Amino acid sequence: MSRRQESRDPIAPEMFRIDLNHRDLVIALAGNPNTGKSTVFNRLTGLNQHTGNWPGKTVTNAQGRYVHKDKSFLLVDLPGTYSLFANSVDEEVARDFICSGEPRITVVVTDATCLERNLNLVLQVMEITDNVVLCVNLLDEARRKQIQVDLPALSEILGIPVIGTNARDGVGLESLKDAVYQVAMGNLKTTPLHVSYGDVAEKCLRSLEPYVQGIPNNQANSRWAALRLLDGDRNSETSWAHFPLLGTGDTKEITDALALADQMLLEDHIDKAAWRDHIVTCIVTRAEEITRKVIIYGKQNYNGMDRRIDSILTSKVWGIPVMLALLGLVFWLTIEGANYPSQALASGLFWVGERLTQLFLSAGWPGWLHGLLVLGMYKTLAWVISVMLPPMAIFFPLFTLLEDLGYLPRIAFNLDNYFKKACAHGKQALTMCMGFGCNAAGVIACRIIDSPRERLIAIITNNFVPCNGRFPTLIALATVFIAGGMGAYPTIVASLSILATIVLGVVITLIVSNLLSKTILKGLPSSFTLELPPYRKPQLGRIIIRSLYDRTLFVLARAVIVAAPAGMITWMFANIYIGDLSILRHGANLLEPFANLLGLDGFILMAFILGFPANEIVIPILVMSYMSAGQMIELDSLQALRDLFLANGWTWLTAVCTMLFCLNHFPCGTTLFTIKKETQSTKWTLVTFVVTTATGIILCFAVAQSARLLGLA
Amino acid sequence: MERLISLHHLALGSTGKVRQLTADGNTKRRMLDLGLICGTRVEALQKSPSGDPIAYEIRGAVIALRSEEAAQILVEVV
Repeated sequence: MSRRQESRDPIAPEMFRIDLNHRDLVIALAGNPNTGKSTVFNRLTGLNQHTGNWPGKTVTNAQGRYVHKDKSFLLVDLPGTYSLFANSVDEEVARDFICSGEPRITVVVTDATCLERNLNLVLQVMEITDNVVLCVNLLDEARRKQIQVDLPALSEILGIPVIGTNARDGVGLESLKDAVYQVAMGNLKTTPLHVSYGDVAEKCLRSLEPYVQGIPNNQANSRWAALRLLDGDRNSETSWAHFPLLGTGDTKEITDALALADQMLLEDHIDKAAWRDHIVTCIVTRAEEITRKVIIYGKQNYNGMDRRIDSILTSKVWGIPVMLALLGLVFWLTIEGANYPSQALASGLFWVGERLTQLFLSAGWPGWLHGLLVLGMYKTLAWVISVMLPPMAIFFPLFTLLEDLGYLPRIAFNLDNYFKKACAHGKQALTMCMGFGCNAAGVIACRIIDSPRERLIAIITNNFVPCNGRFPTLIALATVFIAGGMGAYPTIVASLSILATIVLGVVITLIVSNLLSKTILKGLPSSFTLELPPYRKPQLGRIIIRSLYDRTLFVLARAVIVAAPAGMITWMFANIYIGDLSILRHGANLLEPFANLLGLDGFILMAFILGFPANEIVIPILVMSYMSAGQMIELDSLQALRDLFLANGWTWLTAVCTMLFCLNHFPCGTTLFTIKKETQSTKWTLVTFVVTTATGIILCFAVAQSARLLGLA
Repeated sequence: MERLISLHHLALGSTGKVRQLTADGNTKRRMLDLGLICGTRVEALQKSPSGDPIAYEIRGAVIALRSEEAAQILVEVV
């Protein structure tokens, strides 16, 4: 038995390590994707959250607290799912948590403009637990589309509290908290509607219920347990593991009862294969009936606007060009906008650095301490902050804006055919987009892919899109070396080079995915469905606050934490001499012959290796290595950077190869750690390391050697 | 007897009623989760730039299906 327990979802226990304050009442937040569930969560808990570094998409289970009246509530945001029949990891996670009996109440968030489909999940949740509160969100969108929802009637039919909200503007959330409070306190009794599955099926369920009632720790509804038992292939060990609630039961008795139930169903012409159809058909039909009673459509063509936008953004002619133009615009705004604040920050921070140096000198503190703390640590930090903060503060809100508008699923829609041809999953385009912010977040996002093979492909190839830690390197090199030599419109040239780099990253993603599908991860693309949610009015205030607070500060804090010790270590390597060469130079000399083949030099390769903890620090390390004194110069302009690199023998080819290697090399420490955690496998972590690095080596080698052969460099 | 066509042959802008799902296993589960049962009305909305997948309106939501999946859904043109 214990083996079974272990074999079940390896992610769930760790994800739900709730640190319970004893007075907390646990509330689960469930719902379809794209219902504004995260907005409800954020509105209820404010900034009082534990995780959730990636708003908009619930990739880790965010938890947060709020206090209402005299009680403290712990809200757990479950992954967005369409159903609880556990086809994917996300669904399994959501179902197991609701079943665990841990949450006192489950709040299901639904989209008022698409209530019928959403009710499917609501009815399923109501099978598991009686304590359900329904939140009908996006009422303003519904009003705009002239869709009226009769909330009191819905509440009457379902037998649970139904609260209409407009979470973006905070409307209805007090009532939601009230309803949750009342149900939690037992002041409001729910009488949930149970879908009837027909006489014979109901009889079977009743015959099974006694067996599941007696099972220890079975806190979920026994009817649900019986339903699950009748579902799927119960004879195999795995299906038992699939249903953790029964893992400790007396299997013999249940098996006998099941055989009897099967017999009865068969006589009613419902064989095993048809059971699932039967259940779902009953639920969907019921949802349809309910919707007909509570929804009034004011106009026939309520989605007309969305259709018209889609007919441009995903059209044969304009789909791809508009996508590239939008991405290009985002980069242009980022580079152009970050230029001035970066310089201002750099001169400010380096001015402080000089004052620090003066302080150390006048206090007579030892030179090595000054070197370690000011020249090593402080200057690296100053570089990381001044180079990273401004572009991130512009890029993240812009990217969140595209996400909030509902544009990312359209990218997946536009690109899907390419992914299909690469035998990859259509949602890989989505996880790839998440990688733009942070590859570790992208790897976690791969949970939305339910086929294990395609999920691995998406994880392994996620690193081929540059994360925000690598953008500064690419931007700096593109600005200095590619745009620098072009004269007019340097920002546009730099943006186009970044755009080209991204497109190359996507092409490499497709090629490598295809290669993996043909070799170690053989297989055909599995089925997939992609929802194109309605376009939504973006919430500008929320975008700015959340993208700055969660993304920018999170990524920056991580970079700073890594950069501080890395700066010190690099300074030591550059200043401790063995013989007449520093450790750093010994290392660089060792790497030089190999690096040279790739169009790089020993210091560049060394910087990438030392930058393993976080890609942000590659350029600062490189700069420090080039300085003969082993410290950073006053790099208050990109021109100074160009001069420094030119003095160290850089050509356009060095810049191109460095950019290529930046795009294609081993993932950073955090990402590798996340891959290990997500795949539960050292092997696939190593495969990722090898595949990404080999791609970079092959690409750089090919480019460098052809350029040299053709006499271009 | 009415004529059945597979969903991916449904002309853009026209509506079909689901008559049969020929898929099985996980693919069928996904379809059922979306509310694709016998009698469900589906409208073909928009092709992606390369012609595949195609977006359909299913029970008030817009869902993109690849031709392989859509081919396993038989509809009657309304």
